[in-house]
Amino acid sequence: MATEKTMGKPNQQVFSDTLLDLAQNDKDILVVTSDSRGSGKLVAFGETLPEQIVEVGIAEQNLVGLSSGLAAGGKKVFAVSPACFVTIRSLEQVKNDVAYSDRPVCVVGISAGVSYGLLGSTHHAIHDYAVLRCINNIDILAPADNFETEQVLRALVEHPRPAYIRLGKQAMPNLHDPATAIFEIGKAIQVRPGTDLTIISIGEPTPHAVDAADLLAKEGISCRVISMHTLRPFDRDALMDAALNTRAIITVEEHSVNGGLGELCASTLMQEGIQIPFKIVGFPDEYTINGDQETMFKHYGISGEGLAETARKLLGVRI
Amino acid sequence: MNAHELRLKSIAYRKTILEIIHRGGAGHTAGSLSCVDILNVLYNHIMNITPENFNKINRDHYIQSKGHSVEALYTVLADQGFYSRDELLEGLNQNYSKFIGHPTRKVPGIEHNTGALGHGLSVSVGLALAGKLNGYTYRVFTLLGDGELAEGSSWEASMSAAHYKLDNLVVIVDRNTLQITGRTEEVNGLEPLADKFTAFGYAVRQIDGNNVEALADLLGTVPFEVGKPSLLLANTVKGKGVSYMEDQKAWHHKVPTDEQLATALAELDAARLELEGIR
Repeated sequence: MATEKTMGKPNQQVFSDTLLDLAQNDKDILVVTSDSRGSGKLVAFGETLPEQIVEVGIAEQNLVGLSSGLAAGGKKVFAVSPACFVTIRSLEQVKNDVAYSDRPVCVVGISAGVSYGLLGSTHHAIHDYAVLRCINNIDILAPADNFETEQVLRALVEHPRPAYIRLGKQAMPNLHDPATAIFEIGKAIQVRPGTDLTIISIGEPTPHAVDAADLLAKEGISCRVISMHTLRPFDRDALMDAALNTRAIITVEEHSVNGGLGELCASTLMQEGIQIPFKIVGFPDEYTINGDQETMFKHYGISGEGLAETARKLLGVRI
Repeated sequence: MNAHELRLKSIAYRKTILEIIHRGGAGHTAGSLSCVDILNVLYNHIMNITPENFNKINRDHYIQSKGHSVEALYTVLADQGFYSRDELLEGLNQNYSKFIGHPTRKVPGIEHNTGALGHGLSVSVGLALAGKLNGYTYRVFTLLGDGELAEGSSWEASMSAAHYKLDNLVVIVDRNTLQITGRTEEVNGLEPLADKFTAFGYAVRQIDGNNVEALADLLGTVPFEVGKPSLLLANTVKGKGVSYMEDQKAWHHKVPTDEQLATALAELDAARLELEGIR
């Protein structure tokens, strides 16, 4: 049941638009930036609400530590910095000052994954799920489209807690009908129903999973697509349902194949005693090619055709 | 609390620090002894932090960035009534106990989990900034070790403290000149430290950080300058109060034997008797 996808905005634009909307009615909402308001699409936020943006300069450790203190002082804090820096340079602050100290800071990793493309590995964040999964008491979220982005933000403003949101730079197609879709942190959304196999996707690869399902449908293969926008708390039920009611599982993520969604699904299934044809699609453990996000996605099989081909192989189908 | 009472408190605190470390079998003995006079003056004379107001926002705040000297903090918090001295004595460094070797919010009265150095100042800057933004009158006090200042994040935080003119922030450096390897000036020179802090935008004062009367007088005047964060370079002696521990790097995290404890307690009791004038 392929539906026409409409094009939305970059998720980080939706993030800043939504936050501006919410912050105009809530003086406690604060954005903290490390010379990153431009890339975070937060220039308009800063001009409209100059009292609700705190700048620390290019100092990511201080960004996160200071945000923890602001949260201790009762503020609803969004610490915004490129994902590549804020999840490694300031990882100890995320671990100790946010997660361990239980301060409700929302760490927002912008231009995440390989959004920065040809700027190279220094600017790629394909390690963040792995490092954060080992740290207790911080939610990990990677919305796929504009609807998920807006919803996750509203949910966190309503109930602030330690969280990491990963956002990309490119405009994203809309995957959900905002009138009918239901969003809940920790609850995956089924984007396509299906019975032969399931693609479980997190973040910006999700539209490609939908493309793959559309391609496979033409071949008579029924592919379920799940948007696993929350890595923690993990929706184990959605995974188990896919494992019990479809014949194979592909996971796809804009992340290293090490330590992310795929390995989380694999270990969960293995410990449940479930054996099922299974493939993790992500960036392999090697120096990646140089390219923009689209080129890198395509090269590593994060595309409609690439995922469809993985599906065919996994199901033993020849065309 | 007057100067005489503060001096007696410091002696009592030193005894408790030694007793809990001896009983617990671990602890940062010398660093706790160097900073305990500062904590004494803060909690008994300067800050308005009590078990009753601890859950309120608009009271003073204390974050101990040099988390390893937690035995001094635990000792003072017990005396403030956050928990009993016996609970601390039995709990320090025991399996399943909340009284672990670095500050944790599981212990009543502790505001922030520290232990990794170079974190407390950024958090304190954020808390002070939140106070300004919210229009609160509270002050934020934070204690840093001198060895800790090699962590670059301390200087990132200092830039923000000056940039946001946080005169509700009081940074105290426990300048005991020793770290685990040896003299700070031999490990990774800090001097001219006062000049560095001044250049970073603090209103800087220096004082004998083991002199409770001088500490009480000076800390009573914060902010040292309106529109600037205050920085107190507290010149202290590591291991202060116990003759054989003073200025000895070996006592960084050494535990006294039964005999050493008895000697130390006797010295402190003698000091108390002298103070009380009944020797």
